[in-house]
Amino acid sequence: MTAATLISALYVFALAAFLGYQVISRVPPLLHTPLMSATNAISGISLVGSIVTAGAHYNTISTILGFTAVFCSTTNVVGGFVITDRMLRMFKRKPAAKEEKK
Amino acid sequence: MRTYFIELSYLLASILFILGLKGLSHPESAKRGMHLAEFGMLMAIIGTLMHYEIITFTWIITGLVLGSLVGLAMGLWVPMTAMPQRTALSHAFGAFAAALVGISEFYRHAGHLETITMAALGFEVMLGALTTTGSLLAFAKLQSLVRGTPFTYKGQNIFNMALLATTVGIFVYLIFVPGSMPLFFTMVGLAFIFGLLLVMPIGAADMPVVMSLLNSYAGLASAATGFVLSNNVLIIAGTLDGFSGFILSILMCRAMNRSMTNVLFGAFGSAAASSTQGEQTGTMREVSMEDIATQMAYAKQVVFVPGYGMATAQAQHAVRELADTLEKRGVTVKYGIHPVAGRMPGHMNVLLAEANVPYSSLYELEQINPEFPQTDVAVVIGANDVVNPDARDNPGSPIAGMPILEVDHAKSVVVLKRGQGKGFSGLENPLFFKPVTGMLYGDAKETLTRLIQAVQQA
Repeated sequence: MTAATLISALYVFALAAFLGYQVISRVPPLLHTPLMSATNAISGISLVGSIVTAGAHYNTISTILGFTAVFCSTTNVVGGFVITDRMLRMFKRKPAAKEEKK
Repeated sequence: MRTYFIELSYLLASILFILGLKGLSHPESAKRGMHLAEFGMLMAIIGTLMHYEIITFTWIITGLVLGSLVGLAMGLWVPMTAMPQRTALSHAFGAFAAALVGISEFYRHAGHLETITMAALGFEVMLGALTTTGSLLAFAKLQSLVRGTPFTYKGQNIFNMALLATTVGIFVYLIFVPGSMPLFFTMVGLAFIFGLLLVMPIGAADMPVVMSLLNSYAGLASAATGFVLSNNVLIIAGTLDGFSGFILSILMCRAMNRSMTNVLFGAFGSAAASSTQGEQTGTMREVSMEDIATQMAYAKQVVFVPGYGMATAQAQHAVRELADTLEKRGVTVKYGIHPVAGRMPGHMNVLLAEANVPYSSLYELEQINPEFPQTDVAVVIGANDVVNPDARDNPGSPIAGMPILEVDHAKSVVVLKRGQGKGFSGLENPLFFKPVTGMLYGDAKETLTRLIQAVQQA
Protein backbone atom coordinates (compact mmCIF):
# COMPACT_ATOMS: atom_id res chain seq x y z
CA MET A 1 0.00 0.00 0.00
CA THR A 2 1.45 3.31 -1.01
CA ALA A 3 0.98 6.59 0.80
CA ALA A 4 -1.41 7.77 -1.89
CA THR A 5 -3.69 4.73 -1.59
CA LEU A 6 -3.57 5.05 2.18
CA ILE A 7 -4.67 8.66 1.99
CA SER A 8 -7.53 7.91 -0.37
CA ALA A 9 -8.55 4.98 1.84
CA LEU A 10 -8.55 7.32 4.83
CA TYR A 11 -10.76 9.74 2.89
CA VAL A 12 -13.22 6.95 2.21
CA PHE A 13 -13.11 5.92 5.85
CA ALA A 14 -13.68 9.43 7.17
CA LEU A 15 -16.53 10.16 4.79
CA ALA A 16 -18.17 6.81 5.46
CA ALA A 17 -17.90 7.44 9.19
CA PHE A 18 -19.51 10.85 8.84
CA LEU A 19 -22.26 9.55 6.58
CA GLY A 20 -22.83 6.55 8.83
CA TYR A 21 -23.22 8.82 11.83
CA GLN A 22 -25.80 10.94 10.02
CA VAL A 23 -27.79 8.03 8.65
CA ILE A 24 -27.72 5.85 11.74
CA SER A 25 -28.59 8.50 14.30
CA ARG A 26 -31.90 8.82 12.47
CA VAL A 27 -32.85 5.20 13.06
CA PRO A 28 -35.52 5.14 15.81
CA PRO A 29 -35.01 2.91 18.90
CA LEU A 30 -37.98 0.92 17.60
CA LEU A 31 -35.75 -0.48 14.86
CA HIS A 32 -32.50 -0.89 16.77
CA THR A 33 -32.56 -4.69 16.68
CA PRO A 34 -33.18 -4.83 12.92
CA LEU A 35 -30.48 -2.17 12.53
CA MET A 36 -27.98 -4.38 14.30
CA SER A 37 -28.80 -7.43 12.24
CA ALA A 38 -28.83 -5.38 9.03
CA THR A 39 -25.42 -3.82 9.64
CA ASN A 40 -24.23 -7.29 10.52
CA ALA A 41 -25.38 -8.63 7.19
CA ILE A 42 -23.86 -5.66 5.39
CA SER A 43 -20.49 -6.02 7.08
CA GLY A 44 -20.59 -9.60 5.83
CA ILE A 45 -19.22 -7.87 2.73
CA SER A 46 -15.85 -9.03 4.06
CA LEU A 47 -16.99 -12.05 2.04
CA VAL A 48 -15.49 -10.20 -0.91
CA GLY A 49 -12.04 -10.52 0.63
CA SER A 50 -12.64 -14.09 1.73
CA ILE A 51 -13.70 -15.18 -1.76
CA VAL A 52 -10.43 -14.06 -3.31
CA THR A 53 -8.43 -15.70 -0.53
CA ALA A 54 -10.33 -18.97 -0.97
CA GLY A 55 -10.06 -19.03 -4.76
CA ALA A 56 -6.62 -17.62 -5.50
CA HIS A 57 -4.77 -20.71 -4.30
CA TYR A 58 -1.85 -18.84 -2.73
CA ASN A 59 -1.08 -21.92 -0.63
CA THR A 60 -3.05 -24.65 1.16
CA ILE A 61 -3.29 -22.85 4.48
CA SER A 62 -4.59 -19.67 2.86
CA THR A 63 -7.17 -21.69 0.97
CA ILE A 64 -8.37 -23.36 4.18
CA LEU A 65 -8.54 -20.03 6.00
CA GLY A 66 -10.26 -18.44 3.03
CA PHE A 67 -12.80 -21.22 2.79
CA THR A 68 -13.64 -20.94 6.49
CA ALA A 69 -13.95 -17.18 6.12
CA VAL A 70 -16.27 -17.56 3.11
CA PHE A 71 -18.44 -19.90 5.14
CA CYS A 72 -18.57 -17.54 8.15
CA SER A 73 -19.29 -14.43 6.10
CA THR A 74 -21.94 -16.11 3.97
CA THR A 75 -23.71 -17.31 7.10
CA ASN A 76 -23.78 -13.70 8.26
CA VAL A 77 -24.92 -12.26 4.97
CA VAL A 78 -27.72 -14.75 4.34
CA GLY A 79 -28.75 -15.16 7.97
CA GLY A 80 -28.56 -11.44 8.62
CA PHE A 81 -30.70 -10.40 5.67
CA VAL A 82 -33.26 -13.19 6.16
CA ILE A 83 -33.72 -12.37 9.81
CA THR A 84 -33.89 -8.61 9.21
CA ASP A 85 -36.59 -9.21 6.62
CA ARG A 86 -38.43 -11.45 9.02
CA MET A 87 -38.32 -8.84 11.75
CA LEU A 88 -39.32 -5.96 9.55
CA ARG A 89 -42.34 -7.86 8.26
CA MET A 90 -43.60 -8.01 11.85
CA PHE A 91 -43.65 -4.27 12.35
CA LYS A 92 -47.19 -3.32 11.45
CA ARG A 93 -49.12 -0.12 11.59
CA LYS A 94 -52.34 -0.05 13.56
CA PRO A 95 -55.30 -1.49 11.65
CA ALA A 96 -56.98 1.31 9.70
CA ALA A 97 -60.28 1.18 11.61
CA LYS A 98 -58.69 1.99 14.94
CA GLU A 99 -56.52 4.72 13.51
CA GLU A 100 -59.33 7.27 13.54
CA LYS A 101 -59.90 7.03 17.24
CA LYS A 102 -56.50 8.48 18.05
CA MET B 1 -12.22 -3.77 -18.39
CA ARG B 2 -12.85 -6.48 -15.85
CA THR B 3 -11.38 -4.37 -13.07
CA TYR B 4 -13.74 -1.56 -14.00
CA PHE B 5 -16.69 -3.87 -13.81
CA ILE B 6 -15.62 -5.16 -10.40
CA GLU B 7 -15.00 -1.67 -9.03
CA LEU B 8 -18.33 -0.45 -10.39
CA SER B 9 -20.14 -3.33 -8.73
CA TYR B 10 -18.47 -2.30 -5.45
CA LEU B 11 -19.45 1.31 -5.92
CA LEU B 12 -23.05 0.30 -6.60
CA ALA B 13 -23.03 -1.94 -3.54
CA SER B 14 -21.69 0.89 -1.35
CA ILE B 15 -24.45 3.25 -2.49
CA LEU B 16 -27.14 0.62 -2.03
CA PHE B 17 -25.89 -0.20 1.48
CA ILE B 18 -26.19 3.42 2.50
CA LEU B 19 -29.65 3.72 0.97
CA GLY B 20 -30.61 0.52 2.76
CA LEU B 21 -29.59 1.90 6.14
CA LYS B 22 -31.30 5.17 5.34
CA GLY B 23 -34.50 3.19 4.83
CA LEU B 24 -34.30 2.03 8.43
CA SER B 25 -35.26 5.50 9.63
CA HIS B 26 -38.89 4.41 9.34
CA PRO B 27 -40.62 1.01 9.56
CA GLU B 28 -42.50 1.66 6.32
CA SER B 29 -39.41 2.28 4.20
CA ALA B 30 -37.24 -0.28 5.98
CA LYS B 31 -38.24 -3.32 3.95
CA ARG B 32 -37.52 -1.68 0.62
CA GLY B 33 -34.24 -0.39 1.99
CA MET B 34 -33.18 -3.88 2.93
CA HIS B 35 -34.02 -5.18 -0.54
CA LEU B 36 -31.74 -2.55 -1.99
CA ALA B 37 -28.95 -3.60 0.37
CA GLU B 38 -29.49 -7.26 -0.53
CA PHE B 39 -29.24 -6.44 -4.21
CA GLY B 40 -26.07 -4.47 -3.53
CA MET B 41 -24.56 -7.45 -1.76
CA LEU B 42 -25.41 -9.72 -4.68
CA MET B 43 -23.77 -7.35 -7.14
CA ALA B 44 -20.62 -7.13 -5.03
CA ILE B 45 -20.37 -10.91 -4.83
CA ILE B 46 -20.88 -11.36 -8.57
CA GLY B 47 -18.29 -8.68 -9.19
CA THR B 48 -15.79 -10.40 -6.91
CA LEU B 49 -16.23 -13.75 -8.60
CA MET B 50 -14.71 -12.16 -11.73
CA HIS B 51 -11.52 -11.28 -9.87
CA TYR B 52 -8.46 -12.20 -11.96
CA GLU B 53 -6.62 -13.86 -9.07
CA ILE B 54 -9.26 -16.54 -8.63
CA ILE B 55 -8.29 -19.83 -10.24
CA THR B 56 -10.41 -22.45 -8.49
CA PHE B 57 -14.02 -22.06 -7.58
CA THR B 58 -14.43 -25.32 -5.66
CA TRP B 59 -13.86 -23.89 -2.21
CA ILE B 60 -15.64 -20.65 -2.93
CA ILE B 61 -18.79 -22.44 -4.08
CA THR B 62 -18.66 -24.95 -1.21
CA GLY B 63 -18.26 -22.14 1.31
CA LEU B 64 -21.03 -20.10 -0.26
CA VAL B 65 -23.44 -23.03 -0.36
CA LEU B 66 -22.73 -24.27 3.16
CA GLY B 67 -22.82 -20.75 4.57
CA SER B 68 -26.11 -20.02 2.82
CA LEU B 69 -27.68 -23.18 4.20
CA VAL B 70 -26.60 -22.48 7.76
CA GLY B 71 -27.50 -18.81 7.45
CA LEU B 72 -30.90 -19.61 6.00
CA ALA B 73 -31.62 -22.16 8.73
CA MET B 74 -30.64 -19.68 11.42
CA GLY B 75 -32.52 -16.86 9.77
CA LEU B 76 -35.74 -18.80 9.41
CA TRP B 77 -35.91 -20.75 12.63
CA VAL B 78 -34.29 -18.73 15.36
CA PRO B 79 -37.11 -17.53 17.63
CA MET B 80 -37.36 -13.81 18.25
CA THR B 81 -36.67 -14.30 21.95
CA ALA B 82 -33.27 -15.73 20.99
CA MET B 83 -32.36 -12.72 18.88
CA PRO B 84 -29.62 -11.47 21.25
CA GLN B 85 -27.86 -14.85 21.13
CA ARG B 86 -28.05 -15.03 17.36
CA THR B 87 -26.70 -11.53 17.01
CA ALA B 88 -23.80 -12.32 19.34
CA LEU B 89 -23.02 -15.40 17.28
CA SER B 90 -23.05 -13.46 14.04
CA HIS B 91 -20.68 -10.87 15.50
CA ALA B 92 -18.36 -13.76 16.26
CA PHE B 93 -18.66 -15.15 12.72
CA GLY B 94 -18.07 -11.79 11.06
CA ALA B 95 -15.08 -10.98 13.22
CA PHE B 96 -13.62 -14.47 12.79
CA ALA B 97 -13.84 -14.15 9.01
CA ALA B 98 -11.99 -10.83 9.15
CA ALA B 99 -9.31 -12.30 11.41
CA LEU B 100 -8.83 -15.29 9.11
CA VAL B 101 -8.41 -13.16 6.00
CA GLY B 102 -5.83 -11.12 7.89
CA ILE B 103 -3.94 -14.19 9.06
CA SER B 104 -3.93 -15.60 5.55
CA GLU B 105 -2.56 -12.35 4.11
CA PHE B 106 0.21 -12.31 6.70
CA TYR B 107 1.02 -15.95 6.14
CA ARG B 108 1.24 -15.81 2.37
CA HIS B 109 3.63 -12.88 2.46
CA ALA B 110 5.55 -14.68 5.20
CA GLY B 111 5.10 -11.58 7.29
CA HIS B 112 6.98 -9.29 4.94
CA LEU B 113 4.46 -6.53 4.55
CA GLU B 114 4.86 -2.82 4.17
CA THR B 115 4.58 -0.77 7.32
CA ILE B 116 1.16 0.67 6.54
CA THR B 117 -0.33 -2.63 5.44
CA MET B 118 1.06 -4.33 8.54
CA ALA B 119 -0.50 -1.69 10.76
CA ALA B 120 -3.93 -2.17 9.18
CA LEU B 121 -3.53 -5.94 9.25
CA GLY B 122 -2.61 -5.89 12.93
CA PHE B 123 -5.75 -3.95 13.74
CA GLU B 124 -7.83 -6.29 11.66
CA VAL B 125 -6.50 -9.45 13.26
CA MET B 126 -6.50 -8.12 16.84
CA LEU B 127 -10.01 -6.67 16.66
CA GLY B 128 -11.23 -9.74 14.79
CA ALA B 129 -9.76 -12.18 17.28
CA LEU B 130 -10.92 -10.46 20.44
CA THR B 131 -14.40 -9.89 19.03
CA THR B 132 -14.67 -13.56 18.08
CA THR B 133 -14.04 -14.93 21.55
CA GLY B 134 -15.77 -12.02 23.28
CA SER B 135 -18.91 -12.57 21.22
CA LEU B 136 -18.80 -16.31 21.75
CA LEU B 137 -18.69 -15.75 25.51
CA ALA B 138 -21.53 -13.22 25.24
CA PHE B 139 -23.44 -15.85 23.28
CA ALA B 140 -22.78 -18.45 25.97
CA LYS B 141 -23.95 -16.07 28.67
CA LEU B 142 -27.11 -15.14 26.79
CA GLN B 143 -27.87 -18.77 26.00
CA SER B 144 -27.27 -19.55 29.70
CA LEU B 145 -24.52 -22.01 28.81
CA VAL B 146 -22.45 -20.20 31.40
CA ARG B 147 -23.77 -18.13 34.28
CA GLY B 148 -24.78 -14.60 33.36
CA THR B 149 -23.40 -13.07 36.53
CA PRO B 150 -20.20 -11.03 36.36
CA PHE B 151 -17.06 -13.03 36.98
CA THR B 152 -14.50 -10.99 38.86
CA TYR B 153 -11.32 -11.55 40.81
CA LYS B 154 -8.82 -9.35 42.52
CA GLY B 155 -6.47 -7.49 40.20
CA GLN B 156 -8.62 -8.32 37.20
CA ASN B 157 -8.36 -4.91 35.59
CA ILE B 158 -4.61 -4.78 36.09
CA PHE B 159 -4.18 -8.23 34.62
CA ASN B 160 -6.36 -7.36 31.62
CA MET B 161 -4.52 -4.12 31.05
CA ALA B 162 -1.19 -5.90 31.20
CA LEU B 163 -2.36 -8.47 28.68
CA LEU B 164 -3.67 -5.79 26.36
CA ALA B 165 -0.45 -3.82 26.68
CA THR B 166 1.59 -6.92 25.79
CA THR B 167 -0.60 -7.59 22.75
CA VAL B 168 -0.36 -4.01 21.54
CA GLY B 169 3.38 -4.03 22.28
CA ILE B 170 3.91 -7.03 20.00
CA PHE B 171 1.74 -5.33 17.38
CA VAL B 172 3.83 -2.16 17.43
CA TYR B 173 7.04 -4.19 17.26
CA LEU B 174 5.72 -6.12 14.26
CA ILE B 175 4.89 -2.90 12.42
CA PHE B 176 8.49 -1.76 12.54
CA VAL B 177 10.25 -5.13 12.50
CA PRO B 178 7.96 -7.32 10.42
CA GLY B 179 8.46 -10.95 9.56
CA SER B 180 8.30 -12.86 12.83
CA MET B 181 5.70 -15.63 12.52
CA PRO B 182 5.90 -16.80 16.15
CA LEU B 183 5.40 -13.25 17.45
CA PHE B 184 2.49 -12.69 15.10
CA PHE B 185 0.72 -15.83 16.24
CA THR B 186 1.42 -14.99 19.88
CA MET B 187 -0.31 -11.68 19.24
CA VAL B 188 -3.29 -13.44 17.66
CA GLY B 189 -3.49 -15.89 20.56
CA LEU B 190 -3.34 -13.14 23.16
CA ALA B 191 -6.08 -11.22 21.35
CA PHE B 192 -8.29 -14.32 21.42
CA ILE B 193 -7.73 -14.63 25.17
CA PHE B 194 -8.28 -10.93 25.75
CA GLY B 195 -11.74 -11.15 24.16
CA LEU B 196 -12.79 -13.67 26.80
CA LEU B 197 -11.34 -11.62 29.63
CA LEU B 198 -13.09 -8.50 28.38
CA VAL B 199 -16.58 -10.02 28.51
CA MET B 200 -16.07 -12.19 31.60
CA PRO B 201 -16.71 -9.46 34.20
CA ILE B 202 -19.78 -8.13 32.42
CA GLY B 203 -23.19 -9.05 33.79
CA ALA B 204 -26.26 -10.02 31.83
CA ALA B 205 -28.00 -6.70 32.49
CA ASP B 206 -25.19 -4.83 30.75
CA MET B 207 -25.45 -6.97 27.64
CA PRO B 208 -27.05 -4.26 25.47
CA VAL B 209 -23.87 -2.18 25.78
CA VAL B 210 -21.55 -5.11 25.18
CA MET B 211 -23.53 -6.31 22.18
CA SER B 212 -23.33 -2.88 20.63
CA LEU B 213 -19.64 -2.61 21.37
CA LEU B 214 -18.86 -6.01 19.86
CA ASN B 215 -20.94 -4.98 16.87
CA SER B 216 -18.73 -1.94 16.53
CA TYR B 217 -15.51 -3.97 16.79
CA ALA B 218 -16.70 -6.51 14.23
CA GLY B 219 -17.44 -3.67 11.84
CA LEU B 220 -14.09 -1.98 12.41
CA ALA B 221 -12.33 -5.30 11.82
CA SER B 222 -14.05 -5.45 8.42
CA ALA B 223 -13.05 -1.86 7.71
CA ALA B 224 -9.44 -2.71 8.57
CA THR B 225 -9.65 -5.62 6.12
CA GLY B 226 -10.60 -3.02 3.54
CA PHE B 227 -7.39 -1.10 4.31
CA VAL B 228 -5.30 -4.26 3.99
CA LEU B 229 -6.85 -5.26 0.66
CA SER B 230 -7.25 -1.65 -0.57
CA ASN B 231 -10.92 -2.35 -1.05
CA ASN B 232 -13.26 0.60 -0.68
CA VAL B 233 -16.55 -1.25 -0.34
CA LEU B 234 -15.09 -3.13 2.60
CA ILE B 235 -13.98 0.11 4.20
CA ILE B 236 -17.39 1.69 3.69
CA ALA B 237 -19.50 -1.24 4.86
CA GLY B 238 -17.20 -1.95 7.78
CA THR B 239 -17.21 1.67 8.86
CA LEU B 240 -21.00 1.87 8.66
CA ASP B 241 -21.24 -1.23 10.84
CA GLY B 242 -18.58 0.03 13.20
CA PHE B 243 -20.25 3.39 13.65
CA SER B 244 -23.69 1.91 14.01
CA GLY B 245 -22.43 -0.22 16.88
CA PHE B 246 -20.59 2.72 18.36
CA ILE B 247 -23.66 4.98 18.29
CA LEU B 248 -25.79 2.24 19.80
CA SER B 249 -23.34 1.64 22.62
CA ILE B 250 -23.30 5.34 23.45
CA LEU B 251 -27.10 5.44 23.44
CA MET B 252 -27.22 2.40 25.71
CA CYS B 253 -24.70 3.89 28.12
CA ARG B 254 -26.67 7.11 28.21
CA ALA B 255 -29.83 5.13 28.95
CA MET B 256 -28.11 3.76 32.04
CA ASN B 257 -26.33 7.00 32.94
CA ARG B 258 -23.00 5.21 33.00
CA SER B 259 -19.77 5.71 31.16
CA MET B 260 -18.34 3.12 28.82
CA THR B 261 -15.39 2.56 31.15
CA ASN B 262 -17.76 1.91 33.99
CA VAL B 263 -19.66 -0.72 32.02
CA LEU B 264 -16.50 -2.45 30.83
CA PHE B 265 -14.42 -2.33 33.97
CA GLY B 266 -16.95 -1.61 36.71
CA ALA B 267 -18.30 -5.16 37.12
CA PHE B 268 -21.67 -3.76 38.07
CA GLY B 269 -23.83 -5.25 40.76
CA SER B 270 -21.15 -7.20 42.53
CA ALA B 271 -19.77 -5.05 45.31
CA ALA B 272 -21.29 -1.62 44.84
CA ALA B 273 -24.85 -2.76 45.33
CA SER B 274 -24.52 -3.85 48.92
CA SER B 275 -23.97 -0.38 50.37
CA THR B 276 -27.47 0.97 49.96
CA GLN B 277 -29.34 -2.15 50.89
CA GLY B 278 -31.20 -3.07 54.01
CA GLU B 279 -32.81 0.33 54.47
CA GLN B 280 -35.99 -0.70 52.79
CA THR B 281 -38.75 -1.23 55.27
CA GLY B 282 -42.40 -1.84 54.67
CA THR B 283 -43.99 -4.72 52.96
CA MET B 284 -44.76 -5.66 49.44
CA ARG B 285 -48.48 -5.79 48.99
CA GLU B 286 -49.76 -8.78 47.13
CA VAL B 287 -53.02 -8.06 45.40
CA SER B 288 -55.77 -10.30 44.17
CA MET B 289 -56.25 -11.08 40.53
CA GLU B 290 -59.88 -9.89 40.65
CA ASP B 291 -59.03 -6.46 42.05
CA ILE B 292 -56.50 -5.83 39.34
CA ALA B 293 -58.80 -7.14 36.64
CA THR B 294 -61.58 -4.77 37.75
CA GLN B 295 -59.20 -1.83 37.89
CA MET B 296 -57.94 -2.56 34.42
CA ALA B 297 -61.36 -3.26 32.94
CA TYR B 298 -62.69 0.12 34.07
CA ALA B 299 -59.51 2.07 33.37
CA LYS B 300 -59.19 4.78 30.74
CA GLN B 301 -55.56 4.10 30.02
CA VAL B 302 -53.30 1.15 30.76
CA VAL B 303 -49.56 1.20 30.08
CA PHE B 304 -47.53 -2.00 29.84
CA VAL B 305 -43.85 -1.85 30.75
CA PRO B 306 -42.05 -4.99 29.57
CA GLY B 307 -38.59 -6.13 30.63
CA TYR B 308 -36.37 -9.10 30.08
CA GLY B 309 -38.70 -11.17 32.28
CA MET B 310 -41.31 -10.96 29.55
CA ALA B 311 -38.85 -12.51 27.11
CA THR B 312 -37.85 -15.36 29.42
CA ALA B 313 -41.48 -16.15 30.16
CA GLN B 314 -42.33 -15.90 26.41
CA ALA B 315 -45.23 -13.76 27.59
CA GLN B 316 -45.40 -11.29 24.69
CA HIS B 317 -48.40 -12.99 23.08
CA ALA B 318 -50.29 -13.10 26.36
CA VAL B 319 -49.58 -9.39 26.81
CA ARG B 320 -51.07 -8.61 23.44
CA GLU B 321 -54.16 -10.76 24.14
CA LEU B 322 -54.73 -8.91 27.39
CA ALA B 323 -54.30 -5.63 25.52
CA ASP B 324 -56.84 -6.75 22.91
CA THR B 325 -59.35 -7.69 25.60
CA LEU B 326 -58.89 -4.28 27.21
CA GLU B 327 -59.11 -2.39 23.95
CA LYS B 328 -62.39 -4.11 23.17
CA ARG B 329 -63.71 -2.57 26.35
CA GLY B 330 -62.56 0.86 25.21
CA VAL B 331 -59.40 1.07 27.29
CA THR B 332 -56.46 2.86 25.66
CA VAL B 333 -53.42 0.59 25.76
CA LYS B 334 -49.85 1.82 25.36
CA TYR B 335 -46.45 0.26 25.84
CA GLY B 336 -43.51 2.03 27.46
CA ILE B 337 -40.16 0.73 26.26
CA HIS B 338 -36.93 1.54 28.05
CA PRO B 339 -33.88 1.63 25.75
CA VAL B 340 -32.02 -0.97 27.81
CA ALA B 341 -34.96 -3.25 28.55
CA GLY B 342 -33.97 -6.71 27.42
CA ARG B 343 -30.58 -7.97 26.35
CA MET B 344 -29.95 -5.98 23.18
CA PRO B 345 -31.01 -2.62 21.76
CA GLY B 346 -34.62 -2.73 20.59
CA HIS B 347 -35.19 -6.25 21.96
CA MET B 348 -38.63 -5.51 23.47
CA ASN B 349 -39.90 -3.80 20.32
CA VAL B 350 -39.15 -6.84 18.22
CA LEU B 351 -40.83 -9.22 20.66
CA LEU B 352 -43.98 -7.12 20.84
CA ALA B 353 -44.01 -6.66 17.08
CA GLU B 354 -43.80 -10.44 16.80
CA ALA B 355 -46.93 -10.66 18.94
CA ASN B 356 -48.68 -8.37 16.46
CA VAL B 357 -48.60 -5.26 18.60
CA PRO B 358 -48.78 -2.33 16.15
CA TYR B 359 -45.63 -0.21 16.35
CA SER B 360 -47.71 2.94 16.81
CA SER B 361 -48.56 1.70 20.33
CA LEU B 362 -44.90 1.37 21.31
CA TYR B 363 -43.66 4.48 23.09
CA GLU B 364 -40.15 5.54 23.93
CA LEU B 365 -39.09 6.68 27.37
CA GLU B 366 -39.46 10.42 26.75
CA GLN B 367 -42.83 9.99 25.06
CA ILE B 368 -44.42 7.81 27.69
CA ASN B 369 -43.19 9.41 30.92
CA PRO B 370 -45.50 12.48 30.71
CA GLU B 371 -48.38 10.02 30.22
CA PHE B 372 -48.06 8.18 33.51
CA PRO B 373 -49.99 10.71 35.65
CA GLN B 374 -52.98 10.16 33.35
CA THR B 375 -52.54 6.41 33.45
CA ASP B 376 -54.89 4.38 35.62
CA VAL B 377 -52.89 1.17 35.70
CA ALA B 378 -49.24 0.67 34.82
CA VAL B 379 -48.38 -2.99 34.39
CA VAL B 380 -44.72 -3.89 34.88
CA ILE B 381 -43.90 -7.25 33.33
CA GLY B 382 -40.59 -8.72 34.33
CA ALA B 383 -38.85 -5.36 34.45
CA ASN B 384 -37.02 -4.12 37.51
CA ASP B 385 -34.15 -1.66 37.28
CA VAL B 386 -35.73 0.36 34.48
CA VAL B 387 -38.63 1.28 36.79
CA ASN B 388 -36.61 1.67 40.00
CA PRO B 389 -37.47 5.10 41.50
CA ASP B 390 -34.18 5.04 43.43
CA ALA B 391 -32.45 6.01 40.20
CA ARG B 392 -34.32 9.30 40.38
CA ASP B 393 -34.71 9.87 44.14
CA ASN B 394 -31.66 8.38 45.82
CA PRO B 395 -28.36 9.95 44.78
CA GLY B 396 -26.51 7.21 46.68
CA SER B 397 -27.97 4.44 44.59
CA PRO B 398 -25.59 2.69 42.18
CA ILE B 399 -28.04 3.40 39.39
CA ALA B 400 -28.58 7.05 40.41
CA GLY B 401 -29.29 9.26 37.42
CA MET B 402 -30.36 6.47 35.12
CA PRO B 403 -33.45 7.63 33.25
CA ILE B 404 -36.37 5.46 34.31
CA LEU B 405 -39.93 4.84 33.28
CA GLU B 406 -41.81 6.71 36.00
CA VAL B 407 -44.54 4.15 36.56
CA ASP B 408 -44.88 5.29 40.19
CA HIS B 409 -46.63 8.39 38.87
CA ALA B 410 -49.49 6.25 37.62
CA LYS B 411 -52.62 5.98 39.75
CA SER B 412 -51.96 2.34 40.31
CA VAL B 413 -49.06 0.02 39.53
CA VAL B 414 -49.12 -3.73 39.14
CA VAL B 415 -45.84 -5.61 39.11
CA LEU B 416 -45.74 -9.09 37.61
CA LYS B 417 -42.79 -10.85 39.09
CA ARG B 418 -41.58 -14.40 39.27
CA GLY B 419 -40.72 -14.29 42.96
CA GLN B 420 -39.73 -11.97 45.75
CA GLY B 421 -36.08 -11.90 44.70
CA LYS B 422 -34.11 -8.95 43.44
CA GLY B 423 -33.36 -7.91 39.89
CA PHE B 424 -30.20 -8.64 37.94
CA SER B 425 -28.35 -5.75 39.48
CA GLY B 426 -29.19 -7.11 42.94
CA LEU B 427 -30.76 -3.82 43.95
CA GLU B 428 -33.74 -3.36 46.18
CA ASN B 429 -36.56 -1.67 44.30
CA PRO B 430 -38.57 0.82 46.45
CA LEU B 431 -41.29 0.78 43.81
CA PHE B 432 -42.39 -2.62 45.13
CA PHE B 433 -42.95 -1.15 48.59
CA LYS B 434 -44.95 1.88 47.55
CA PRO B 435 -48.60 1.98 48.61
CA VAL B 436 -49.62 2.50 45.01
CA THR B 437 -48.00 -0.77 43.95
CA GLY B 438 -49.54 -4.21 43.98
CA MET B 439 -47.57 -7.38 43.33
CA LEU B 440 -48.66 -10.42 41.39
CA TYR B 441 -46.23 -13.28 41.81
CA GLY B 442 -45.85 -16.17 39.43
CA ASP B 443 -44.94 -16.96 35.87
CA ALA B 444 -45.76 -13.87 33.80
CA LYS B 445 -47.45 -15.83 31.03
CA GLU B 446 -49.70 -17.74 33.42
CA THR B 447 -50.57 -14.65 35.42
CA LEU B 448 -51.48 -12.79 32.25
CA THR B 449 -53.67 -15.63 30.96
CA ARG B 450 -55.56 -15.65 34.25
CA LEU B 451 -55.81 -11.85 34.12
CA ILE B 452 -57.39 -12.05 30.68
CA GLN B 453 -60.12 -14.37 31.98
CA ALA B 454 -60.66 -12.17 35.01
CA VAL B 455 -60.97 -9.06 32.84
CA GLN B 456 -63.48 -10.80 30.59
CA GLN B 457 -65.62 -11.57 33.63
CA ALA B 458 -65.32 -8.13 35.16
